[in-house]
Amino acid sequence: MTDILNAFVLLANFVLIPGLAYGSQLALGALGVTMVYSVLRFSNFAHGELMSFGAMFCVLITWGLQSAGISITPLPTALLALPAAILLTIALALMTDKLVFSYYRRQRSETVTYLIVSVGVMFFIGGLIRFIIGPDDRVFADGQRFLLKARTFKDATGLSEGLAIKTSQGVTIILAFVVVAALFWFLNRTKTGKSMRAYSDNEDLALLSGINPERVVMITWIITGALAALAGTLYGLDKSYKPFTYLSLLLPIFASAIVGGVGSPIGAIAGGYVIAFSELLVTFAYKKVISYLTFEQVVPEGLVQLLSTDYKIAVSFVILLIVLLIRPTGLFSGKTI
Amino acid sequence: MNTPSDDTKKRQERNLTLFGVLVVLFVFVGMAQSWNVSLAILNLCLISAIMTLGVNIQWGYAGIVNFGVMGFAALGGLAGVLVSMPPVAASWQAGGPELLLGGAIIMITIVLAVFAASKTQHLGRWRFWIIVGVSLTGYFLLRLLVDPAIEAIESINPAKAGHIGGLGLPILLSWVVGGIFAAGAAYVIGKASLGLRSDYLAIATLGISEIVVYVLKNEDWLARGVKNVNGLPRPVPYEVDLQATAWVSELAARLGADVNELSSIIVKLCYAGLFILVLAILFWLFETALRSPWGRMMRAIRDNEVAANAMGKHVTAKHLQVFVLGSAVIGVAGAMLTTLDGQFTPHSYLPLRFTFLIWIMVIVGGSGNNFGSVLGGFIIWFFWVESEPLGLWLMDVITMPLDANNPLKMHLLASAAHMRLMTMGLLMLLMLRFAPQGLIPEIKR
Repeated sequence: MTDILNAFVLLANFVLIPGLAYGSQLALGALGVTMVYSVLRFSNFAHGELMSFGAMFCVLITWGLQSAGISITPLPTALLALPAAILLTIALALMTDKLVFSYYRRQRSETVTYLIVSVGVMFFIGGLIRFIIGPDDRVFADGQRFLLKARTFKDATGLSEGLAIKTSQGVTIILAFVVVAALFWFLNRTKTGKSMRAYSDNEDLALLSGINPERVVMITWIITGALAALAGTLYGLDKSYKPFTYLSLLLPIFASAIVGGVGSPIGAIAGGYVIAFSELLVTFAYKKVISYLTFEQVVPEGLVQLLSTDYKIAVSFVILLIVLLIRPTGLFSGKTI
Repeated sequence: MNTPSDDTKKRQERNLTLFGVLVVLFVFVGMAQSWNVSLAILNLCLISAIMTLGVNIQWGYAGIVNFGVMGFAALGGLAGVLVSMPPVAASWQAGGPELLLGGAIIMITIVLAVFAASKTQHLGRWRFWIIVGVSLTGYFLLRLLVDPAIEAIESINPAKAGHIGGLGLPILLSWVVGGIFAAGAAYVIGKASLGLRSDYLAIATLGISEIVVYVLKNEDWLARGVKNVNGLPRPVPYEVDLQATAWVSELAARLGADVNELSSIIVKLCYAGLFILVLAILFWLFETALRSPWGRMMRAIRDNEVAANAMGKHVTAKHLQVFVLGSAVIGVAGAMLTTLDGQFTPHSYLPLRFTFLIWIMVIVGGSGNNFGSVLGGFIIWFFWVESEPLGLWLMDVITMPLDANNPLKMHLLASAAHMRLMTMGLLMLLMLRFAPQGLIPEIKR
């Protein structure tokens, strides 16, 4: 019995908790991509940089607060800086729309044009970020490091495997849950949310019903900016803030959105967790779990790993390709919110 | 009223001016910095121009969004290693047969999976699991049989070898092989994903190119992964040998130049000659193709797929054709780049540099026009390299009134190097907005 518990705790420590945290970060990112897609109808390649932009301001403001001696231990100071970073990211999102994307909307450009334009935006924001903060690694997490320490868990339960929960992981999971709940409430219960869904469902019909498209677009960018800043900051808190990682994060995020079904918020969330857990499950070394669950003689020699950890991110690309080739509409086939 | 010939004349004058400006720029860098720098930039401009031609035939002729440029360039680079490096005999002894067996297993698995997919359409949901079962069995068999061999190969002299080496053939051959590698990959990728919508295709190709680079980074037995392969053989003479020859010293004496510098200029000129030859051949081929009925058909498909289909053109097959062709050209350029560098460094393949920068070149130069693509390749690469000194100079001027120890001034000077990403993004956005056709627009025929 203890062996089974030990095996379970081992999996929880290395797969379940990190998977939930990483999955929540991906889900928040994918929600932003999906919002833009369902209202503005293009895949926004600049979304990764938008996340990075929010995280960058969070880092800068956190430094300011830290040097002023303000903190909210045990929670990380970054949470205090988050609202301001979100506002700045929203401002950037609205500005890019005003200066760049609105023109192509008026021209009724094709999807491809938007796609290429968003690459230009990606370059610009990426450069801006490196110009402001530089390309280096920045650690800005402070406060208490662990919610639950492996040692405490071991002492309390008497198991030989420990379970550790980092503060950043706990904060990520809780914040993601709250924000997603609020978003769904907004989309399904408020008048503005319903008008957005109507617009994304059928543009012409929405126009005829007197919905103001500019307002819908503006709200979409506000939500997208907020989600991006939140996702970027949480990812930065959990790992560390490094500008170039956000470009490589873009593909897992697209993968999450597409696996779930682009345009479907529930799909984006499900996709985020599917991608996160498959990355971890495929690269997890099962040797110890097997040794807990079976007799010693059957335990194989190697690590019992499906793929080496070097390929972690590549797993999400492979899933992305399989879904694109077999079922391009994703798990929750949706084109509308 | 402008007659057509007037238009053509004007256009030709404009093009000449644009290329003339380029020549002036290179001469200026040659005078102001050094001819070595100028030629180094020129060589990379030539390679960029070839990559741009490859993307242009896909995007400009046929409207296919290929964001996998990086992957094809990396495959070309791999060809450089596999063709030119001497074979490592010990590695082949240690694990050669197993590697060949592994290759056979991969082939058989793919054939079986495709066979299963085509024969089980009536089986409903079982079909999926049969295909998954076949693939997984193949994968586990592969790991079981080949893993020990790979470990053995990687442990042979890991500081210098630890991989299978190459064929020991002249590296110029790898330019063709690189094209073939990229074409083969493009055939598989295109077959599977060209049916996708444009933005899905973009994401899929971007993902595939990342996977290609991941494999190259981590499969040490193939080309040493992140440990890099250095000292690839050269198609041109070495500087040291040149310095020893009589005519170089004589020429240096007559020109009053340094022998070392002159020898490295000669080497760069040799490379430039080779690259110009390749560019000229490809350019001529592509121009001919564009004017031919084939080019007309491609444009027809791009402008209206439904109409072209109704006229009896097989849209998917033609898309595949042009995708393979363009990717092959990118592969050739990738092999040329590895040849020029003399080394294969998988970690240097970044999407920003190899995919998106090439796209900026096509957009700025003018999609659908080969002259435009080449011009875009030259201009963008030139400013990509030169924007660093330019940015530094600009920052120096802007912060002139500030004290040398002013934190803002120090920050601005330190960040000047990152100006180029911003400049490129801005340039691309401005072009897309105000001159979406590029510097040299497509000619309406």
